Amino acid sequence: MTNSLESISLIATYSAMAVYTLAFILFTVDLAGRAATDGQSTPTRWLRSAMAVLVLGFVIHFGADVTRAISAHRVPWANMYEFGLTATLVLVGVFLGINLWRDVRFVGAFVSGFAILALGIVTVNFYVAVSPLPPALQNYWLVIHVCVAVLGTGFFATGAALSASQLFQQSREEGKLQTRSWRFLSAFPSSESLEALAYRILVIGFVFWTFTVIAGAIWAERAWGRYWGWDTKEVWSFIIWTLFAGYIHARATRGWRGRPAAILSLIGFGAVLFNYGIVNIFFKGLHVYSGL
Amino acid sequence: MASRRPSDPASLQPVDLADVTSDFDSPDAPRKNRLDDPIRGPKLGPLEFLRWVWRVLTSMRTAIILLVLVAFASIPGSLVPQRSSDPNGVSIFRDTNPELFKFYESIQLFDTFTSVWFSSIYLVLFISLIGCIVPRTMYHWRILRAEPAAEPASWARLPYRRSERATQGAAVALDRAETVLRKAHYRVVRDDTSIRAEFGYLRETGNLVFHIALVGILTTLAATGGFGWSGQRVIIEGQTFTNQLASYDSFHPGSWFAEQQLDPYGVTLESFTPEYTKDPVKDVWMPIDFTATVTVTEGDATHEVILKVNEPLVAGNSQMYLLGNGFAPVITVRDPQGTVVFDQPVVFLSQDSNLTSVGVVKVPDGLSEQLGLQGFFYPSAVDLESGALSSNNPEPTNPTVTFNVYTGDLGLDSGVTANVFQLPVESLTQIAGRHTGTDVVLSPGEVFELPGGLGSIEFTSLRRFIGVEIRHDPTQMGVAVSTFFIVAGLLASLGTRRRRVWVRVRGTARIPELEWGGMSRGDDPRLDAALDRLVEKTRQTSTDKVTGE
Repeated sequence: MTNSLESISLIATYSAMAVYTLAFILFTVDLAGRAATDGQSTPTRWLRSAMAVLVLGFVIHFGADVTRAISAHRVPWANMYEFGLTATLVLVGVFLGINLWRDVRFVGAFVSGFAILALGIVTVNFYVAVSPLPPALQNYWLVIHVCVAVLGTGFFATGAALSASQLFQQSREEGKLQTRSWRFLSAFPSSESLEALAYRILVIGFVFWTFTVIAGAIWAERAWGRYWGWDTKEVWSFIIWTLFAGYIHARATRGWRGRPAAILSLIGFGAVLFNYGIVNIFFKGLHVYSGL
Repeated sequence: MASRRPSDPASLQPVDLADVTSDFDSPDAPRKNRLDDPIRGPKLGPLEFLRWVWRVLTSMRTAIILLVLVAFASIPGSLVPQRSSDPNGVSIFRDTNPELFKFYESIQLFDTFTSVWFSSIYLVLFISLIGCIVPRTMYHWRILRAEPAAEPASWARLPYRRSERATQGAAVALDRAETVLRKAHYRVVRDDTSIRAEFGYLRETGNLVFHIALVGILTTLAATGGFGWSGQRVIIEGQTFTNQLASYDSFHPGSWFAEQQLDPYGVTLESFTPEYTKDPVKDVWMPIDFTATVTVTEGDATHEVILKVNEPLVAGNSQMYLLGNGFAPVITVRDPQGTVVFDQPVVFLSQDSNLTSVGVVKVPDGLSEQLGLQGFFYPSAVDLESGALSSNNPEPTNPTVTFNVYTGDLGLDSGVTANVFQLPVESLTQIAGRHTGTDVVLSPGEVFELPGGLGSIEFTSLRRFIGVEIRHDPTQMGVAVSTFFIVAGLLASLGTRRRRVWVRVRGTARIPELEWGGMSRGDDPRLDAALDRLVEKTRQTSTDKVTGE
């Protein structure tokens, strides 16, 4: 029973990747179509289908996550594979959620592309079968601490997509990137609106990350006897927090808005990826829960 | 309420704050850059130079650079093993890279977070922070007691405006607008023909609380950290740990530690029960639960407590954490006459998930020669094809001890502190065990007669031990309180918009109109909708006197 659910989850993960790929193609076709009409940023009919396909992918992905949780009898974020699976789900969810509030479909290609890459890497490299939890992880703080970390990561990823678009758009506004292949940027809002949007998303990510660090500290006090001990994961969480604190200040500082702030945001997201992908696998420390 | 607004916010803000308060304070002043180039070198005397240094130090740009610097300066702390979190890693590094070790040591890379260079960066950051928040707090204090800002000279420059017919007369409409604004928690000042209203003081309050709380954390650590202490201890089943300095296997006092800080109490390990399950995929045993039953004696009171991972035990002013466990076989050594010369449980350290463990027995006295035993313990011993033993289960289904037996000078009298887990085998003579032709393999109750009539060794019985950390951390309370304010300040600051709304009477006496204008500090696209709601509510109140909201 458990095993079959587990394989259903894996099949669903692969299906979600296939559906996301279709969504990615449709998002790109839309951008290309918009670029052809030169300067016009009216969405093509492909955009609606892209969004519909993305929602379908999200539903399948959600199913993969839930079946994984049921087969493991716990939250689906107790090892690297599960973290990646859930964080990507949150990323797509954040993107869909933001669209209810404001039209950001233009970064759909970015988001779906990133989701495919992330899911692919996670499934191929980090997949582990469901296994029991060591005593240190059997705690409700696992639910809280990792959940807010997943949420923070999802918002940081969306913010990074917007900051990257902002950088390209700003170069284009300055007269660079005028070739045909960059014309899709005409479908994007001005770099200033992209920055304002990225800022709002990243600030939410920052709040979640603050909670991640605090919940982690409380748990560390329970499990390891100290709330902060500069474990490698703690070091990198601190680095991420500090970089995004710098980003938030940059937004309020003359001479640092615009490009420098966006670069800081991307460096910050780079640190998030590093903390997940590199620190988990190659660094020694107390957070040895990759399951690999 | 003070009648005048603080006039010169400029000197109280970081020089390069983007949403400059002076702009916000007088929206129709030309966007004059009061410090076109704040970071240009001075040409004047020492006092001006100091002022310039201070302005640079407290500027936002410096804060960002310092934040990024702190982030980058932390990286070595994750690449190089740290004494604080991984002392063993530091020793290994010393042994494998002695040359590089010296270099790293000279630049304090093994103590990154207490190093001179890391400390200086964060101290400068905090000085910059304090230099920024003190004047901002003073300024905000004045703003909090001041009236809402005066009406702008040029309404045309306001980003959001509305006009609305006042069908029941100007005075009535203005009354209602005032009510609506007050209900929306604006601070309101009303006169005959206009209203000025201001909202969102919590934004700056939260911002300041957040930053002051950061200083609170640093102050707590500096002021109370030195009183903390921690120590490690192994407790074998049946043993009692009494909380005094001599009882600890290792102890790390803070710089202001005094021995009287150790509250007197005793902790006896009654039993330790682990629970394992087999990982179906990787086919290895995994622990799923560790339960230590202990008796705590404080004064005359004795009570039984369960100690688990994630569930520390509180005793006296300290907390005890369950961090490790393993087996402690009881070894009895007798001389040729049968007199017991050694009889105690010996802690064996586990080496793998099936708890294959290693330990050392040292018998310096009672036999004709000093005796050293290098032991291997297998909870569930099975024979490998090679003839060696292995353990296939962490539970003691077939507990077996094997020994390599040595005689010679154990080096215990040399005055150098000896590691209890190491035998100086190079200078000893092996008389039994692997590669001698006489294997020493013992199950509980079995006895091995030492060659040459030296005596005998018995694996008498088996016990378990736990490794605990005992800690007193006086910084916890201060850091927890500061952290609460960090979160509260952050949420208040990010969740609040700083807005100003003015209402004035226009039009003619016969057809009066209310004109609304609004502006925000920083990005606030939602002010547009907020203004709509205020106008709408005022209109509703006009037509239906009863509805308040």
